[in-house]
Amino acid sequence: MAGKDPEIKEVTLESGIKVKPVYGPEDVADVDYARDIGNPGSYPFMRGIHSLMYRLQPWTMRQYSGFGTAEETNRRFKFLIENGQTGLNVAFDLPTQLGYDSDHPMAHGEVGRVGMAVSTLADFEDAFRGIPLDRISTSLTINSQAAVMIAMYAAVAEKMGFPLKDLRGTAQNDILKEYIGRGTWIYPVEQAIKLIGDTIIWCARELPKYSPVSVCGYHIRESGALPHQEMAYAFAIACAYIDHVLARGLDIDTFASRLSFNFDIHGNLFEQVAKFRAGRALWARIVREKYGAKDPKSMLMRMIAGGGGGGLTIEQPLNNIVRGAYYALISALSGTQTMALCSYDEAYTIPTEESATVSLRTMQILIEEMGLCDTVDPLAGSYCIESLTREMGARISEAMGEVGRWGGIVKAVASGAVQRQVARQAYLREKAIQSGEIRKVGVNVYRAEEEQHEVELHPFRPREAKKQVDRLRRIRRERDSAAVKRALAVLASKAATPENLMPFIMDAVKAYATVGEISDVFREVFGEFDEPVRL
Amino acid sequence: MRILIAKPGLDGHDVGAKVVVHALMDAGFEVIYTGLHQSPERIAKAALEEDADAVGISVLSGAHMPLTKKLLAEMKKAGTGRKPLAVGGNIPPRDRKKLVELGAAAVFPTGSRFDEIVGFFRNCPVRAPE
Repeated sequence: MAGKDPEIKEVTLESGIKVKPVYGPEDVADVDYARDIGNPGSYPFMRGIHSLMYRLQPWTMRQYSGFGTAEETNRRFKFLIENGQTGLNVAFDLPTQLGYDSDHPMAHGEVGRVGMAVSTLADFEDAFRGIPLDRISTSLTINSQAAVMIAMYAAVAEKMGFPLKDLRGTAQNDILKEYIGRGTWIYPVEQAIKLIGDTIIWCARELPKYSPVSVCGYHIRESGALPHQEMAYAFAIACAYIDHVLARGLDIDTFASRLSFNFDIHGNLFEQVAKFRAGRALWARIVREKYGAKDPKSMLMRMIAGGGGGGLTIEQPLNNIVRGAYYALISALSGTQTMALCSYDEAYTIPTEESATVSLRTMQILIEEMGLCDTVDPLAGSYCIESLTREMGARISEAMGEVGRWGGIVKAVASGAVQRQVARQAYLREKAIQSGEIRKVGVNVYRAEEEQHEVELHPFRPREAKKQVDRLRRIRRERDSAAVKRALAVLASKAATPENLMPFIMDAVKAYATVGEISDVFREVFGEFDEPVRL
Repeated sequence: MRILIAKPGLDGHDVGAKVVVHALMDAGFEVIYTGLHQSPERIAKAALEEDADAVGISVLSGAHMPLTKKLLAEMKKAGTGRKPLAVGGNIPPRDRKKLVELGAAAVFPTGSRFDEIVGFFRNCPVRAPE
């Protein structure tokens, strides 16, 4: 047997699957096409969520952008749209993400640094000025503040005259993964899930085309999860949100179709493609069998993919352009709905105009020159891919079983069990890179003699931060402060009740209450998450 | 030797900090990890309360200059100013010297090897209190 031949090195994928040098019909003998794979657009949707996929419409291109003030961000948005980008992906600065106004002491040095600073509705008015919100879909990369930012987005669209029912886009709004990776949590787990439930229920009613949640395997993977764990933990998290909303009396088919996913792409190409194909089929089965959904739309694993910061390197940054191109290829072969590539300078900074353009052109080259839009799921039927897909499905299910043994994902996150697991794995991975066991080009093989690390960094401009602070203070002086007080008092009185808070957040936002003021109400009522720090 | 590893400011990227905690524990150090969202003031206090011999912080948001400056000032105030401070994270080359000039004892940009980091803590002088 080839595997036992001492000449042939054993290859094991990150998910533990042993890779054969040659696959044949015997590896897929027990795979039944109709039962296990199915046509694109048909249950279990392994081959894609639509029958014609990119033949009808290429994936949405949505590079991450946003920095400094809303005004500057608005210019970058327009630049990207003029260059053919079809959706926006808004980055917020850390004070905004953590519910601090731009002039809060904790915001010092961070205003506008990793994204756009938002303190009041006025910032959204500037950011989206002149952008056709009925045509351009907008993704908000925001989590603990998602309810507030969704309210601001709806409020600004209303002001610009766009009907809420036409608004398309996504809020990241996945707090459970924030406790595992990315870290922009504020409130305790239960209350944070309740807020997400509010957004799902409110959006189902008011913004029917909007996706209120994008469950992120991505950041869990970046924090150290292996590919099958990435999918398993993301599915467990999505189930936690579904369970919560079902418990509040909604029918699965009224909201499940608006949930979406955000996945990571770095790693072995074939393993990634198998991961997404297996994931789509598994998610469809969960939604149909566990939750009894009838509407096929509820069963679709819609996703954004293309990013994989953990695969990029500080060393030889131009190599990241090449990695980005392969990530884009993997995403297209995996049937993603939206693509957001990591720019080559991602390991250092948020993208510059130049690096964002390179990412955009990478995707456009795939579409225009490489034939990636011609045929749906072109790798289907490959002995290798189908065999890996089946094995991957089994491993994802197994990892979901492990979550069950932790007492469910909500408990595992609150106790830190899952954080400890992925942190330990991240350490082992880093150790393996340092020992050369995992090979990284430019890092531990093919190193450059003289490393030239300096790339153009996105500049931080204290003057823009000051402008933001001055403006915020002016708005606080000029707004109707009695109305703000009233709105915040109502919000405080409702926060501890089971009522949906979105209408009250909308009222506060429209009165120009600040992000900090609204978050302080919640901090007061909900308390704050007590991070389990034992490793 | 007791090392306090801290995440100052709002940046939630804690993979690097946790990986370093593991590496230091494996190397035999006693390590206390603060968790996320720590103000410089709280870190300075924690260094005192935990009786740490050295402090390491990790910053990936780009705010390493203002945060290090603030932390060093707070450590001085808390009487922990003589404990060596190592700064890790997403630190561009041009800022490395500046951090040392500010008073950081060492800078470990992303991609630093464990042996360098372990070596630093093993050899850094445990300075007497002021």
